[in-house]
Amino acid sequence: MSAPKPIEFSGACPVPISQYPHVLLAHGGGGKLMHQLIGKIFLEAFRNPLLETQHDAAVMELTGKKIAFTTDSYVVQPLFFPGGDIGSMAVHGTINDLAMTGARPLYLSSAFIIEEGLPMETLWKIVCSMRDAAKKCGVQIVTGDTKVVDKGKGDGLFINTAGIGVIGHDQKIAPQNMQASDAILVSGDLGRHGMAIMAVREGLEFESKIESDSAPVHEVVLDLLKAGIEIHCLRDLTRGGLASALNEIAEAAGMKIAVEEKSIPVREDVHAACEMLGLDPLHVANEGRFIAVVAAKDSERALQMLRCHDVSANAAIIGKVVEKSAPLVTLKSAIGVQRILDMASGEQLPRIC
Amino acid sequence: MKFLDEYRDAGLAEQLARELHRVTTRPWKIMEVCGGQTHAIVKYGIDELLPKEITLIHGPGCPVCVTPLEMIDKALEIAARPNVIFTSFGDMLRVPGSTTDLLSVKAKGGDVRIVYSPLDAVKLAEQNPAKEIVFFGVGFETTTPATAMAIYQAALKKVGNFSMLISHVLVPPAIEALMSSPNCRVQGFLAAGHVCTVMGFEEYFLLVKKYRVPIVVTGFEPLDILQGVLMTVQQLESGRAEVENQYARAVRREGNQPAQELIKKIFKVVPRKWRGIGEIPQSGLGLNDEYAAFDAEKKFGVAESHVEESSECLSGLVLQGQIKPHECPAFGVKCTPERPLGAPMVSGEGACAAYYRYRRQPDAVAAK
Repeated sequence: MSAPKPIEFSGACPVPISQYPHVLLAHGGGGKLMHQLIGKIFLEAFRNPLLETQHDAAVMELTGKKIAFTTDSYVVQPLFFPGGDIGSMAVHGTINDLAMTGARPLYLSSAFIIEEGLPMETLWKIVCSMRDAAKKCGVQIVTGDTKVVDKGKGDGLFINTAGIGVIGHDQKIAPQNMQASDAILVSGDLGRHGMAIMAVREGLEFESKIESDSAPVHEVVLDLLKAGIEIHCLRDLTRGGLASALNEIAEAAGMKIAVEEKSIPVREDVHAACEMLGLDPLHVANEGRFIAVVAAKDSERALQMLRCHDVSANAAIIGKVVEKSAPLVTLKSAIGVQRILDMASGEQLPRIC
Repeated sequence: MKFLDEYRDAGLAEQLARELHRVTTRPWKIMEVCGGQTHAIVKYGIDELLPKEITLIHGPGCPVCVTPLEMIDKALEIAARPNVIFTSFGDMLRVPGSTTDLLSVKAKGGDVRIVYSPLDAVKLAEQNPAKEIVFFGVGFETTTPATAMAIYQAALKKVGNFSMLISHVLVPPAIEALMSSPNCRVQGFLAAGHVCTVMGFEEYFLLVKKYRVPIVVTGFEPLDILQGVLMTVQQLESGRAEVENQYARAVRREGNQPAQELIKKIFKVVPRKWRGIGEIPQSGLGLNDEYAAFDAEKKFGVAESHVEESSECLSGLVLQGQIKPHECPAFGVKCTPERPLGAPMVSGEGACAAYYRYRRQPDAVAAK
């Protein structure tokens, strides 16, 4: 190899893209771009005290009764995936949002945006799946809407569900109620839904079949409340995974949160799939998982109760609330060093090598 | 997880760190070449276990970061054309060109798709004979065999609607360029284990002899990196400069020869511009004349351009180890992963993004 001419390094770099003039897919990815979109567009326009709590569901009083109200849209592809389908997911997801206020979910609405050409049999299968899921969860689908769009203008089927539940407890469950030394519990192993979808969507063939964790969690939460566990905050883990949820509550509360990588449950096959694709399981989506921030004195009891339910059998205590401070989430790495656990930026993108 | 947890063991990490503290007597500056290693170092906090005398310098080994702006602009131009399906590895999609990025091209209706293997792009070409399928061939020697295989297969099957925009780069010429630079401060290298899995480490003996620097072929797990650093420091402390292989469980001296033969069959060595660094002779790969029909630059006649890069971003200095990412005035203020000024803030393996993600101190950023 002959010696090349010495190179004078320049310090140059590219021009910034300071703002996106169009909505990107990444704006829906559950990361920072989505939070910016919500903050700058939706919160800005609709601002009111109920919305500003930025909880999974709004809590309000109507004729002397405390109720929880929420909505969610489901745009998953493929419509049927290992461990679930868009119909059961549309029921579970909205129920879980209500459950994060400690409400008992009662009624759901269901709106269908159907792409012309969707096989009637597919629609029927999905609707039956919704019916079964609702029945199992003790909720009724009491109102709805149907729209059909031109071929090519939808992705087969989009579903929106809204839900109402009643709140029968007196605890204040919101990020702002978290206190230093509170324990942070996660209700099960992470990343299964995201990896299950990615495996079928991208045609990735793993040796073992990863099934979505899509499941309702309201009974678990109601049990914790019934047992008098002092719950300070609950948060549904969806897109953006554990990292987004922890950062959201740290931000809302102005708190520092510390978690330990070793205590965070991730199933071996999910872990392997993530390693292969260069994804972080803490950023991957879940559909049947939540975090519970509970008073330190109740943490062991809460853990035992969670582990009694099938949907939260792999629950674990993963960390604690440290102190009132600039919002920050830290993670003690496998080799014992502290680092920041940040929210994903946009969508998780598999890396080159 | 088997074959991973063993290499992330806190107790063993501590033992290696103790040994490093024991053998280190003087300051040493060691460069890890590969972005994957940079990511692991910052993610696991490996540098915090090292003696204070040891400085790790994060090298230019992130393929996303060093792909020149002109090449990104070409990708954007091709991807925006009608009748084109533009395919790429995921992390190229957010890299800013001079005005936009591939994600924005997609949002405006360009057909941009993530693939996991270049062979998937060839398959896509076979399935869509009326469309032009272009793959963005980016990366070091690690990804080159798969790219070469895609071209080979496309030629074999006569897939005429497949082509590739190629920006492959080579590691040894980059190390040589760094070593011959007047402001080089690097005293030892951790060579990228995955690159050596393909290429072996024969090429490094010349470099070691010429520049008297230890080069240790190193893996990517925390214990690999700690051991790689230890082996480098042991050489430095005893005045040796040798090629050593820490990553023996994956790397053989001669590398993967069928892969090398395939690379040679498809590609020739060409000069290549590195983003933030400049042109390095003999540091890139281009298609051999026999396969010129698969060259997307020729096929689409994209114009050569020269683009001036923003002077606010100091990624050139970061990429050659002259400053740490957080020492750049734009870091965390004007430059974040959502609004990157430079490529090292975009890719998960870029040094700036790794620091931002795992090391950002909110107070320090606020104070800027």
